[in-house]
Amino acid sequence: MISDDSDSQASNSTPKPSPEPGLESAPPAADGEAPPDYLLEANGITKTFGDFTANDDVSLRLRKGEIHALLGENGAGKSTLVKIIYGSLQPDAGSLHWRGKQVRVPSPAVARDLGIGMVFQHFSLFDALTVVENIALVMTGRFDPESLSGRIEQVSAQYGLSLDPFARVADLSVGERQRIEIVRCLLQSPSLLIMDEPTSVLTPQEADRLFITLRQLAAGGCAVLYISHRLEEVKALCHRATVLRHGQVVAQVDARRETAASLARLMVGSDVHRITGGTGSPLEETMIAVRDLDLPANGPFGISLHRISLAVRAGEVVAIAGVAGNGQSELFEALSGERLVKHNEAIALAGTDCGIDGISARRRLGAAFVPEERLGHSAAPTFTLAENMLLTRHGCDSEMVARGGFVDQRYAQRISERVMQRFDVRSGGHLNPPAGALSGGNLQKFVIGRELDRQPKAIVINQPTWGVDAGAAALIRQALIDMARAGAAVLAISQDLDEIFAIADKVAVISRGELSALLPIGDVDRERIGLLMAGEHETRPFDAPGTIDKTNDVNDMKKGSERDAAHP
Amino acid sequence: MSLVEAALVTIVAASTPLLLAAIGELVVERSGVLNLGVEGMMVMGAVAGFAAAYTVGSATLGIVAAVVTGIAMSLLFAFLTQILAANQVATGLALTLFGLGLSGLVGEPFTGLPGVKLERIEIPLLSDLPIVGSAFFAQDVLVYASFILTIATAFVLSRTKTGLVIRAVGINHHSAHALGYKVIAVRCACIAFGGACAGLAGAHLSLAYTTQWIESMTAGRGWIALALVVFATWVPGRVLVGAYLFGAVWIMGLYAQGLGAGIPPQLLSSLPYLATIVALVLISGDRILAKANTPACLGQAFVPDR
Repeated sequence: MISDDSDSQASNSTPKPSPEPGLESAPPAADGEAPPDYLLEANGITKTFGDFTANDDVSLRLRKGEIHALLGENGAGKSTLVKIIYGSLQPDAGSLHWRGKQVRVPSPAVARDLGIGMVFQHFSLFDALTVVENIALVMTGRFDPESLSGRIEQVSAQYGLSLDPFARVADLSVGERQRIEIVRCLLQSPSLLIMDEPTSVLTPQEADRLFITLRQLAAGGCAVLYISHRLEEVKALCHRATVLRHGQVVAQVDARRETAASLARLMVGSDVHRITGGTGSPLEETMIAVRDLDLPANGPFGISLHRISLAVRAGEVVAIAGVAGNGQSELFEALSGERLVKHNEAIALAGTDCGIDGISARRRLGAAFVPEERLGHSAAPTFTLAENMLLTRHGCDSEMVARGGFVDQRYAQRISERVMQRFDVRSGGHLNPPAGALSGGNLQKFVIGRELDRQPKAIVINQPTWGVDAGAAALIRQALIDMARAGAAVLAISQDLDEIFAIADKVAVISRGELSALLPIGDVDRERIGLLMAGEHETRPFDAPGTIDKTNDVNDMKKGSERDAAHP
Repeated sequence: MSLVEAALVTIVAASTPLLLAAIGELVVERSGVLNLGVEGMMVMGAVAGFAAAYTVGSATLGIVAAVVTGIAMSLLFAFLTQILAANQVATGLALTLFGLGLSGLVGEPFTGLPGVKLERIEIPLLSDLPIVGSAFFAQDVLVYASFILTIATAFVLSRTKTGLVIRAVGINHHSAHALGYKVIAVRCACIAFGGACAGLAGAHLSLAYTTQWIESMTAGRGWIALALVVFATWVPGRVLVGAYLFGAVWIMGLYAQGLGAGIPPQLLSSLPYLATIVALVLISGDRILAKANTPACLGQAFVPDR
């Protein structure tokens, strides 16, 4: 993991509250035994990685039937804590009590035996295996697909989580994949279910469905430890919340009595910057134009784009919403020139048709691109920031490559420092660190700053603040709005509806490679976007076999991968 | 014995080492490891088997020595690629070069000596069947072993928890690790199994197919076994078919030479290799076929994150 050096520089040092907040009614018994009404008690958990302290004397108590939120920014130590509870990591100090008895959890298998289940943020599924095989991997005993599939159907019916036990994971939507993870936990009749950012990949409707399941579970006595960035949903769903900051517990609160703003303040330690800018008044000139773009799927699990049309004018921010894996990457690649398209006029940037031009040619037209993957796509991890600067500017900044084809190192270094300063990129005092040494938020600020520094006329950005902490996200969003107000066209592809409502003037939704009409942000609500995410606007037939009634379950979206692969 | 029967007997003998080595490599690759050292492990198995059998006078002991040597070679590969996370392609190539060189050195005193022949075991009644009887039911123990191994591997991979774990580790080692499986340990065990199978294949060459030691006597069979695994799209049953197809091509070449077909012998002896290339081109041309069972983590080193 990358340590966030900015953590140590944080100006406000909040005093650590006593581990026993006023909400607790029953204090623990004096002899150190946990009172029996606590299901899980973690005491003084400390874990360090090198000189980075991920968890510093963290304590957490969970009761039966409680939905408990674990809040914190990236790098606050949430994942470390739940990995320790699930047995993936061992603490350096501290103890775990389960149902009042001290326990050691040396492996996930032991955690599962105790009754602890976990749904991972990045699913721990196997694409080429079937649902039943994926589930069998966590069950003890013999591998018996027939009897196991019966139990899967039983549990999924009980909780309304429809699943075909013999479908291959690769053919399923993200929502369905998460159901596998949940059903996999439920089959072991857990007493504690840990969920790591479960809604980050779901449509609003899918998320609502999940909340129903979780409330059902809690009513049955199962405790849920719920990790999320989304404070509104924490408020709506959770009973209590534990807030982590820089590896320490800073508060334990009654989630229902807090507001989203007060929770955010606890997480960040100060007020989060509010984005300003209002709605823009776009200029006439269209800077990013897509006309009837068709693009075949790239590989058996890719998505084909079908008749995509889009126009972004100078001075406006347009967002493309959608659940991950519905053609966003393909659209980005077509716009950036990583994949060329057949008809030159299908894509125009700054008024020039460029569908068959490469990425450098498009940059020379005044366009800039920021892909989704920070490490490995936007930036080369082992290159320094100045070298990374060169990677996107060699073709469009004539001063970067000086006489005789030699690189002007000092020029690159100078711009790199300018970007670091303007975009508050913190690197722990290093002037030119390797990109891989920056934390996610700081690197994202750098790669976006690198493009904005060129004053582009059009910028296309895929998932601008994915996995970035709240402070950096606010800065990036503000920079994008400022860019548009200064006369550039901004196209942001994002899964985060909060972000879209904060920055966009217009929004369109992509689903299975088809784009909805462009709608002014004032005319839509979450409900409407959710329906579009589920494919309301699609024109291509929905021919996946054995799917469930759509009115009953809008989230049964089969990725179009199979059919697309068959008819490229 | 008719000509067909005689040809069939030799085809079985030629196919067995391919089948043994390929089944071992299939398990290795299903766990996500690409071991290009099959040729090296096989040739070391051949020399160890021959030397042990010649010295002690027991073919059984030769087989044991070949298996032990194959495993030892594979554990060297496992140590470098799994524990030290070295590049698998480079390590596998080095293992092949190392095995070819070392076997030449060790085998020098044994060159040209008469070896110990593995006895044929005739299965009552079945061995009297016309045509197939002598080819499939009056063979040495390694031929039977190759069939049993193929069936057992197919069964374990598709029907048991062990096989499921091996496949899971090959498809996504991060997920397998998150669920608490010991990725490195599973892979080391699979690599050792592959080494044992390559050792057996070598033993068959020097104790049954020919009963002598010749330097580099594997003659590229390890590479063909590797290609067979891809050709078979990682399915044991198809490995069996592929191995016999290649064995047949090999023997046909020899027969054609013997009958004086007027084709240059160099061309005929290159047939199996040509067939390998053609097969690989055909397979990789069909993307869906090739993708279906490809272990997604094939050749990638796994380093657990803390």
